[in-house]
Amino acid sequence: MSAMRTPQGRHARRIGAIWLVETAVAVPLIVLVLGPHLPPGRMSSEAGAQVDANVVLTALLGPIALLVCTSFVYSLVVFRSRGATGDGPPIFGHGPSQTAWLVATSTVVLTLAAWGSYTLVVSSDGAGGGQGPNPILLPKGSKQALQVQVIGQQWNWTYRFPSYGGLETAHLDLPAGAAVELHVTSLDVVHSFWAYQLGVKADAVPGADNVVFVHPRKLGTFSIRCAELCGLWHGHMYQTGDVVTPKAFATWIAQQARAEQGNERYLPPYEKVYYPQPLRRAG
Amino acid sequence: MTTGIALAAGLVAYYVLSFLMVRPPEVPAPGAALRASLTLQTVASLGFGPHPDWVSYLARNPRGVWEHSTVLTVPSHSLVAVTIYQFDTATGLRNPYWGGPRGIVGEMAVDGKPTPTLDPDLASHTFAIPDLGLSVPLEGVPDDAKNQCSVAPCSLAQAHTTVKFVFRTGKPGTFRWQCFVPCAAGFVLGFGGPMQSLGYMDGYLHVV
Amino acid sequence: MTATALPAASRRRLGGWIGFNLLTAIALGIGGFFLGAYIGGVLAAGKDYLVGTDQNDIGVFMGFLFATVGWLAGLGFFNYPVRRLAGRPASLPLEESTGVSRFFRLSTDHKVVGIQYFFGVGAFFLVGGLNAMLIRTELLTPNERFVPAGQYLSLVGLHGTMMIMMTSAFILGPFGNYLVPLMIGSRRMAFPRVESLTFWLTPLAGLVLLSAIAWNGFPTGWTGYAPLADEARAGMDAYIWSFMLIGLSITLNGLNLLTTILTMRAPGLTWGRLPIFVWGALSTSVLMVLAAPVLIATLLMELTDRSANTSFYLASGGGSPYLYENLFWFFGHPEVYILALPGFGIVLEILPVFARKPLWGYRLAVAGMLGVTFLSFFVWQHHLFVSGINSTLRPFYMLTTELISIPTGFIFLNAIGTLWQGRIRFTVPMLFALAFFFNFLIGGLSGIFLSDVPSDVTTHGSFFVIAHFHYTIMGGLVFAFFAATYYWLPKMTGIALNERLARIQFWTAFVFFNLTFFPLFAAGFLDMPRRVSTYAPSLQTLNDFVSASAFALGGSMLLFLGNLIWSLAFARVPAAENPWRSRGLEWQLPTPVPVHNFDRIPVITGSPYDYGVEGAAPVATFDAAAAAATA
Repeated sequence: MSAMRTPQGRHARRIGAIWLVETAVAVPLIVLVLGPHLPPGRMSSEAGAQVDANVVLTALLGPIALLVCTSFVYSLVVFRSRGATGDGPPIFGHGPSQTAWLVATSTVVLTLAAWGSYTLVVSSDGAGGGQGPNPILLPKGSKQALQVQVIGQQWNWTYRFPSYGGLETAHLDLPAGAAVELHVTSLDVVHSFWAYQLGVKADAVPGADNVVFVHPRKLGTFSIRCAELCGLWHGHMYQTGDVVTPKAFATWIAQQARAEQGNERYLPPYEKVYYPQPLRRAG
Repeated sequence: MTTGIALAAGLVAYYVLSFLMVRPPEVPAPGAALRASLTLQTVASLGFGPHPDWVSYLARNPRGVWEHSTVLTVPSHSLVAVTIYQFDTATGLRNPYWGGPRGIVGEMAVDGKPTPTLDPDLASHTFAIPDLGLSVPLEGVPDDAKNQCSVAPCSLAQAHTTVKFVFRTGKPGTFRWQCFVPCAAGFVLGFGGPMQSLGYMDGYLHVV
Repeated sequence: MTATALPAASRRRLGGWIGFNLLTAIALGIGGFFLGAYIGGVLAAGKDYLVGTDQNDIGVFMGFLFATVGWLAGLGFFNYPVRRLAGRPASLPLEESTGVSRFFRLSTDHKVVGIQYFFGVGAFFLVGGLNAMLIRTELLTPNERFVPAGQYLSLVGLHGTMMIMMTSAFILGPFGNYLVPLMIGSRRMAFPRVESLTFWLTPLAGLVLLSAIAWNGFPTGWTGYAPLADEARAGMDAYIWSFMLIGLSITLNGLNLLTTILTMRAPGLTWGRLPIFVWGALSTSVLMVLAAPVLIATLLMELTDRSANTSFYLASGGGSPYLYENLFWFFGHPEVYILALPGFGIVLEILPVFARKPLWGYRLAVAGMLGVTFLSFFVWQHHLFVSGINSTLRPFYMLTTELISIPTGFIFLNAIGTLWQGRIRFTVPMLFALAFFFNFLIGGLSGIFLSDVPSDVTTHGSFFVIAHFHYTIMGGLVFAFFAATYYWLPKMTGIALNERLARIQFWTAFVFFNLTFFPLFAAGFLDMPRRVSTYAPSLQTLNDFVSASAFALGGSMLLFLGNLIWSLAFARVPAAENPWRSRGLEWQLPTPVPVHNFDRIPVITGSPYDYGVEGAAPVATFDAAAAAATA
């Protein structure tokens, strides 16, 4: 006699049916209604990869949450004591369901890890996260990438353009359509460069060069925040940057170069990391 | 029992207040809308209060009295003329980029001379409001200057440089301001203590 | 002794203010601090490279060292070794005292230590909660309005550190110390004086941490990242010292529990009959012993960086901030399982009693806990996914982090199986245990977002992380704590808690917990970084809603405090011996539990979970002759 005909089988089938209905409603809602609103938007290809990751994870984990919740709620409703004082049946376990659970969770977990590694390594080339000084996940066109150094200090960001004579600016404009190679570093404590709409997050660590690739696609303004506690004005370490057309970028950088003429001779030569004085107890 | 409850309530109240109340007094800028002026001074060591050794800003209130405060109030949509008497010696900027004054109207004047940019090693402090794009380096007095000031408020008879500049305010709001020179003597990286304390090298600019 | 006799006994006892007790400890601790600070001042005088203006970290650390010695001396921890060194017989006062004063002294009775932990840790938990209320007050507006920026960082740091320090002992402190010996049929813990030491280090650590307020707190949050920590004022020293004390306390508590469980089980208590909470305590104690010493070493290097001019974590001096991050999270990630595992044990202990069924899949539960214990040492670099270190290893840490959800999933299957076809009774402990599973489910699944690198680039360092770990720690651990409190506290004190208030507290806690923390996932998704006192004005409505819920959640906690005070101090309704009809060994003892627990060491004859089993053997026999016959 099949286990499915027992009362336990009936309960299990009901839970399965309820869950299938819930999933059939929830997954389209997650993908079609919630999905387009999931962060961080599609201003760059890296940000787009993160949106995809967030949509897939939500659409996959939603049904898992629903399955667990449905099982709990079903049991709590159907198996409540209704005033009875006796004990339940002494069931110590059920080999097949334990095996099934183990196989199911392992499959989900290994799939997630494999898919996550694939999107990180192959399809999104680092996904906008800091890769350290020797990046191995090199996207297409990285040889011709525009290099921009991001310098964190307490409490502001500045940017240097080595291909424009080490020009330093207090504002970040990036050309749309190009590959950009950001080198994030810090002059004092640990900061984290978070360009939200661009999908870029990389810690700025003193004495370290943290490389990120990003491909801005859409014109617009993005916000820049510090995502690692760095002292008094951590919450104010906030700027905006712009993705502009290559032509507007050329104009902007020429204008910056003119404005910085007086000060430029005082800047140190462009380096991957800086060890500015004073270092220890100053004063 | 009652004593115990009162004691507990008192402790809780003290605890809560200790987080709320540590804010310097506000100093309004004299002058009406469209044209206001701020007068500040920086000193190497304050000489009084809980941290007499700390480097600090002071602000002159409309009655002409120097107050130990960094919370400043200025009118919105106006030009603000700032005069800073700089009594501290130079430390040098961590990022030389801030040697160029930015976000001001016209040029800054050091001791009356128009100065387009400052050698970053000569900077003693900066007056910077990043959200307004404002950053002005303040030249320090030479290390070997005679008659250096040791206790605030310093008098203009003592060695100092005078930095004057004008900036424009926009819509109302509260903006933080700070110094970018690692000038906190005695702290690793020069950025602890007064560099991370309101009332010393950090403050708020209320635009009203 | 009956419960109602306590006040009279305590009145007699209150005459003895002088002696080795908390008051003496406070006095000697404060005296020790100033003595140490003076000595430190003399030592460092004239050494400009060590002492900056306004700040002498050597003096502060010497002060804390002497304060610690004074505190422990005041409590009498040195009496025994000193007497033995002097060649005199050790006088060990047996625990005859029954007055309230025994809770303010060194006690070698594990039941007294358990109650000391309950109230001691609970008091600091309330301080941490008060900080949370102040944080939410500041976040009512997008600009600094109520709390200035520096004070806000102190609040964040004090809240985080206090909560992590205190919740490390939130379950194993009160319930581990009280229940483990009772559950394994022992009269005491393996090292009773060490057990008392682990407790008394905890309030000292809390007080040292609070002393940071004297230097306007510390700016680093609970993670204490260098080199920001090197810049900070002496409040940072208080953070370092208090966290080192807690590290010591965790290590010793782990050693004690491990030894007790391994060596002091009653005859017949096979590994297959061990209560699941004891398995939870066992796996946690492995983590404690292996992880907490790393914290002590990490902070010791930060201590010398700040006071002795070393450069372990200063890039400019040849050190590396990455070293601190790695060492800290090598402790920090096992630490979050130190918080979570005892909660697993609690809820799985409670579920069978109120489902009236055996624990479903006992071996699976044990495997789950041991699996989490093992894996938790291999995941720490998921905190450093965007830091730029070892970026090629990210797929590995992604895998290990996600693997940990397999053993965690076992616990959920145990719960589903145990409820299946049960006779479920919705008592207050059961409600909290069930809410644990809901909250931990949300917390665990949101952790998948953080373990997936592309998604983590969005969520890392944002309010999403805050929501995630509050779901696991507050929604998990704290709810398990409440489940355990409503379940066992009547046994521990002999006094029943008011059930009506308890039910109100459950529903308010559950509803407002979720209303507080679920929207924070959205705040993180919408570009709000952690530990900021300012945020985008467009997020104000969301933050105001969260703050309002947080205040209501705080009210729910006060309701619990009110229930506790009302029930224990005023109503004093005696508790039944076994109101839940549990088979657990601890419930077979009289209420309150006698000083020596068992007149005879019991012989364990059955599993504590044999509900509904026809002709099940009693869990233990207290009669040696009958036991011999059964065997």
